[in-house]
Amino acid sequence: MTALRRFFILLVVFAGFAPNLASAVQPDEILGDSKLEARARRISVGLRCLVCQNESIDDSNAELARDLRLLVRERLKAGDSDTQVRDFLVRRYGNFILLKPPFDWETALLWGSPALLFAAGAIPLLLGLRRRRQSPPPDPLSPAECDRLASVLNGDIPSE
Amino acid sequence: MIVETGHYALALALAVTLLQSVLPIWGTRRSDLGLASMAVPAAITQFVLVAYAFAALTYAHVVSDFSLVTVVENSLTTKPLVYKIAGVWGNHEGSMLLWVLILAIFGAAVASFGRGMADELRANTLAVQGWIAFAFLLFILLTSDPFARRFPAPFEGHDLNPLLQDPGLAIHPPLLYLGYVGFSIVFSFAAAALISGRVDAAWARYIRPWALISWSFLTLGIAMGSYWAYYTLGWGGFWFWDPVENASLMPWLAGTALLHSSAVMEKRDALKIWTIFLAILTFSLSLLGTFLVRSGVLTSVHSFASDPSRGLFILAILILFIGGSLVLYVWRAPALRPGGLFAPVSREGALVVNNLLLTICCAIVLTGTLYPLALETLTGDKISVGAPFFNLTFGPLVIPILLLMPIGQSIAWKRGDFLGAAQRVMVAAVAGMALSLVLAAALRGGPVLAPIGVGLAVYLILGSSSELVSRIWGRGQAWRATLARATGLPRSAWGTAIAHAGLGVTLLGLAATGWGVERIAVVKPGQTVDLGPYQVTIVKLEERQGPNYSEIGGRAIISQDGSTVTTIEPAKRTFPVRQTTITEAGIVTLGFGQIYISLGDRHPDGSIDARMFWKPLVTTIWIGAIVMAIGGIVSLSDRRLRIGFARRAPHGRLSGNPVAPQPAE
Repeated sequence: MTALRRFFILLVVFAGFAPNLASAVQPDEILGDSKLEARARRISVGLRCLVCQNESIDDSNAELARDLRLLVRERLKAGDSDTQVRDFLVRRYGNFILLKPPFDWETALLWGSPALLFAAGAIPLLLGLRRRRQSPPPDPLSPAECDRLASVLNGDIPSE
Repeated sequence: MIVETGHYALALALAVTLLQSVLPIWGTRRSDLGLASMAVPAAITQFVLVAYAFAALTYAHVVSDFSLVTVVENSLTTKPLVYKIAGVWGNHEGSMLLWVLILAIFGAAVASFGRGMADELRANTLAVQGWIAFAFLLFILLTSDPFARRFPAPFEGHDLNPLLQDPGLAIHPPLLYLGYVGFSIVFSFAAAALISGRVDAAWARYIRPWALISWSFLTLGIAMGSYWAYYTLGWGGFWFWDPVENASLMPWLAGTALLHSSAVMEKRDALKIWTIFLAILTFSLSLLGTFLVRSGVLTSVHSFASDPSRGLFILAILILFIGGSLVLYVWRAPALRPGGLFAPVSREGALVVNNLLLTICCAIVLTGTLYPLALETLTGDKISVGAPFFNLTFGPLVIPILLLMPIGQSIAWKRGDFLGAAQRVMVAAVAGMALSLVLAAALRGGPVLAPIGVGLAVYLILGSSSELVSRIWGRGQAWRATLARATGLPRSAWGTAIAHAGLGVTLLGLAATGWGVERIAVVKPGQTVDLGPYQVTIVKLEERQGPNYSEIGGRAIISQDGSTVTTIEPAKRTFPVRQTTITEAGIVTLGFGQIYISLGDRHPDGSIDARMFWKPLVTTIWIGAIVMAIGGIVSLSDRRLRIGFARRAPHGRLSGNPVAPQPAE
């Protein structure tokens, strides 16, 4: 318990002066047109910073992520739609840049996995349930067993 | 000299684990109790030896013995003492030694506290524990020797990665490993049960304390890692669904399922075969996590292939233990007799649904984590599976778990009444829905999911205690009787309620992220910026010189309606030697929310780039995790669970049974 409390105190204390490497989106990148900027942010969240571990370019402070953010904004300013921007980047960097993998024959199993897993879990469970419901009720007690039960219930002999 | 003895102790420990792996099994086969009981001293000796080796390595780090490769690469004479110690496990070799140390601690704990257990089960459990320790000690000695020397010794080391010189990362690995490795005991229990072919409700009772301890530590370890990511990476991200995080989440999900199914097994003697499977699965996922993190396979399949010795060794351990235990399972599990029957609508039924959903969640995380690796290996094509995938697939499965949680808690064992149970959580459900509607109406135009999430969180927090309330509260009952009932309830019931409420608290924080405010701006000293309910004014910017860095320090005043609330001092440090810049963010906690300010580049006209966040209720994300862990500990203190013992409760205790009505005062 004290260890836990110490941990909690540590957590609270260190929250105050934690080092940080944040930069991500910088003010000079932000577009004047707030609608366009909002679209840029939305697109950025779905794009992987190629040199990071599953981090989006919106979150990453890597130099490459900044270049990609500027690229996205340039394309948007040139009048591309959201899909055109994404397609442009996929042509350049491959599907690797999309944090949400597209549905194709390579990822069919991935996207299908939740349904398959659910079926794999739920179907045996339901079948088991049905089998149990259909199974005949246990045999009734034999007369000898009834006698024994009665005497146990009457307290004549100890149950065990 | 001390270093040599440490190295020698490690080799000796390997020999001891060999004895520990073989003798007990041989003894139980031949019904030779004396031989079987060798497991106990062996486990304790192994612990003493590994602890000595670990102490020797720590000593080498503390005195900066630069004739050791690991010390040279990770230490510096001027490094603060706490990071010299944390540096012991801040690298591959040392962290594997910590892994084995924790394994030995758990083994020794079973050896010393397991006196109430059946002798055969204890002997076999410790033997399996011995196999795991043998495999990992061999791994350390052959591929990752922390005691490797180098001559001539340099005068100074390379220092620890500055990112790791952080209190959060210093305690994160021990916490996480206590969770990961703790589940090894449960795994060993399962393997021992399969070897002896005997498993009953008592078995479930033996594993429960170990599962609870491990689960609590794993919960804290994950929370700590997530908080570290939050304050280090800095823009409010606390979970990235990156493979390393997933590696810790998978055993947590499986372990949570295990805690619930073992409850059914203990109370009703049902779900035995499934519980054994989960026990194997949980530790297998811990091993998988160790493999993913330690082999380098994640950074790139290619980097794994270029230096394969360590990766292949762990992969071999992985295949041996997971494959071996599954073979043992398939071979022996059919011999176990299935136990108690129950109606579909019952506590057991609810827990089966819980297990189904948690296991699918776990399998989805596993698929999403390994799919890119598999695809790249098979076709060479690279894809990313990131947050959007998990939000779409994992999210919808979590909702039913959350909705059913309080209902399942108030449904009766064996044969329940769904409507009755739903009625019992009605108050919580109505309160949650009402709050959602009020929030949605009051904050029209805001995010849609946030009010729903908060309502759900309130439903969980209230609903988790509705079962307790119905057991404690009686209309017109004296407060003394209420108190007697409350103290009479088993601690495990309190633990359940606390842990479930903790999940609600975490959900509250997650939901509130929708109301977060972000400002990215160029600010001049004296300029005031609105940030949610507060105003931020940067009042001072100055350049300062530190011992090995120069920094731009700022002071910001946080005010609300004209009155000053607090001040924050964010800074940006440049380390000329390492050519790195680190932002010392200013974080201040106001209520349960936080204001977070980090500084960027300074411009010639005296202004500076600043990122400012107002994150309402954000701390409850981690407070909820701490509450969950506290629930686990409270449940652990249940008298029937006192480590390994199954003691009969004294007669006449009020164990939640209805008390005779007492006259009102």
